[in-house]
Parts: sequence; C-alpha cells; structure tokens
Amino acid sequence: MNAPSLTPPRFARSPRTSHHVEKWSWILMRVSGAILIVLIFTHLFVNLMTGDGINAIDFAFVAGKWAQPLWQWWDAAMLWLGMFHGTNGMRVLVNDYARTETSRRVLKALLALAFIVTVVLGTLVIFTFDPCPIGANPDLLPSFCESVS
Amino acid sequence: MTATSDTAPSSDAPPLRVRLKIQRVNPEGTPEHAPGEEYWDEFTVDMHATDRVLDALHKVKWEHDGSLAFRRSCAHGVCGSDAMRINGKNRLACKVLLKDLNLAQPVTVEPIKGLPVEKDLIVDMEPFFASYREIMPFLMPAGETPERERLQTPEERARYEDTTKCILCAACTSSCPVFWTDGQFFGPQAIIGAHRFIFDSRDSGEWDRLEILNDRAGVWKCRTVFNCTDACPRGIQVTEAISEVKKALTTGNV
Repeated sequence: MNAPSLTPPRFARSPRTSHHVEKWSWILMRVSGAILIVLIFTHLFVNLMTGDGINAIDFAFVAGKWAQPLWQWWDAAMLWLGMFHGTNGMRVLVNDYARTETSRRVLKALLALAFIVTVVLGTLVIFTFDPCPIGANPDLLPSFCESVS
Repeated sequence: MTATSDTAPSSDAPPLRVRLKIQRVNPEGTPEHAPGEEYWDEFTVDMHATDRVLDALHKVKWEHDGSLAFRRSCAHGVCGSDAMRINGKNRLACKVLLKDLNLAQPVTVEPIKGLPVEKDLIVDMEPFFASYREIMPFLMPAGETPERERLQTPEERARYEDTTKCILCAACTSSCPVFWTDGQFFGPQAIIGAHRFIFDSRDSGEWDRLEILNDRAGVWKCRTVFNCTDACPRGIQVTEAISEVKKALTTGNV
C-alpha cells in the first residue's frame, strides 16, 4: 500500500524578511509613543494652560514660539514622531486588512506619499518661518518685530 | 432511595429547556439550502442542569437531526476536538455547563472562525497545524545523547510549565482578530508551542525558533488583544507567553 499523498496547505505565508523590519517597527512604535506623550501634553499645557490660555493663540503667539530654537525643535520632533507613529500604525492596518497585493501596494504608496509631503512641508514651515513679514499689519505681529523693521 | 439519587441526574429531575441556534453549512446542499450556503438552524431540547453544551449537541444529533456535524473525541476537555464558538466565545463544548449560560435566549453555536468550514461545526484545521509544524515542535538537544534522562531542576521545569498544557484545540488561534484578517499570522498557538521549547533548558534550538517568530508573520503581529487568554480552555496565560517571546527577541536573552 502506498503512503497517502498530501496536498500542500492552502495558506501560503509571504517570504521571510531578514532585516527584522517588523521587530524595529514594533520597538520604535513603543519608543515614539512614550516620547509623544511627553511632547504632546507639554505642548498642550504651554499653549492652553499658561498665560491667557487659548485666547493668547494667534499669529503672534505662534511666530513668537517659532522664533526660539527650543520650540522649533520641539514641534519638529512632534511632527516627525507623530507622522512616523501614525503612518506606521496605518501600514500595520493595511497589512492586516488589504485583501489583494494590488490594493496593498496602492494603499502603502498613498501612505508614503502623504508621509513625505506632510513631513517635508511641515519641516520647511517650522525652520523657514518668517515671523515678521514685510508690509503686514504690525498689530498682528510679535512684539520683537518692531526692533527688526 | 439511596443518597446518590439526590445528586445524580435522574429522569424525574426538572429539565432545562434549551434552545440551540446552530450555524450550519452543507457542502452537498439540502432540499432547502444550496451547497455551501450558511444558515441558522434552531433546536429545542430538554436537558439537565448537569449537562454540557456537548450533551445538547449529542441530543440534537441523536434524536433530532442526524446530519448535524461536529467533532468530539474524549468529551472531557482533554483531546481538544470540540472547540467551537458558544455565545460568541471560543469554548470547548464539553466544558461549558448549560446551567452557566443564559437560557432565556437561544444558545448560539458557531464553528471557530478564521479556518475554512467543511461542514456545520467542522473546520479544516490544516492551516493551524501547518503553523505549528513551522515552529519545529520537537526537542532539539545539543551534544551527545546521554545514557540516562536529561536532567532538569524544578525551577527550570517551572519556566515553561504553563505552555506545556496546550491541547491544540485552536480556540486561541481562532479567537485572534489578527489571525482572522489575512491568514498570514502564525496565531497564538504556534507561538506558545514555540515558547514551550524556547524556554526548555534541555533544548538548544531556541534561536532557530525565535528567528522564525521574528518574521513578519511572527510575534510582531500580536496586538495583545487578550482574546486568546480568555479563550484557552486550559487556562494558559497565552498573551503573557507571547510577550515573553517578544522580550527574548528584543533583549536577546532567553
């Protein structure tokens, strides 16, 4: 009597990756999440609780903050880590729920595009921001603009 | 009358009227239903408070509808054949007492999810077993074969005690929402199957197994949903064991 022939399993796993991408994605997700908690709640506290609170937020307030390297780097770190955390989370969801290889590729390409556009534009705005545009109503500008003009 | 008649179920004990709502599918079709069509069937059976869901299913199969298909073997929670979704939770039908369920409503019984249904409550377990085979569930010792037993201290044995309890019923893997989505995930059972050998002091294949679980379909797909821990009929702390495997991979220490 012959041994019964076995049919291969119906679920074929995708080929192994050797770069430990998923491991680093998992670790960085947790690291960025922990840092973002500190960054975001400090940001909210400084903007909303100190001074005049929400009534103080206008062009002058934002321009004044971005004139200081600390807040430039603070906001840049929030932007980069937040975008990484969110985009990576969406990547994981796409991996879980995209049903075909084509939809998976398209969704990930859109995700990468959104990530690049937001990070590049946001970083440019933070570091090239002009707090004292020429010809603007001086009432709306931060107080230090008077000495510049 | 003897003392035993007070506790043992007797024919004049007040019966429990149980309505069972069973999800069914027949690959060959029935006069009312097309081949492969999923539908709900309801049965009303009179049972005793000491009976389990499996006894109710037996009563349906033996007295109402012989075409009802389900797996069971030992019927005592050891073989792991009769895992099914009872009132939306993965349980062994032989371990759920009818008196513990809300009998004001029908008891829903469905096949476990995420695996292809063959007929009624029977699913194809092959993808589940394929995952288990991939993590190499056998002892891989190093060095010469000793003349006598491979010795182990009680502490070394206790390290992986919990995951030795697995009976491969698939209740955990088929309760995992990540396993439902794409069929790529190993599932909790394969990970605890690996855990049982990774943390065994007599085994030296731990890094072979850890590298398999470091894969994109491996432990990193676990989102600590805890469905597996809730589903395990053996009370294995499945999510904790998965986290121990993650920790071994991130720290490099077994």
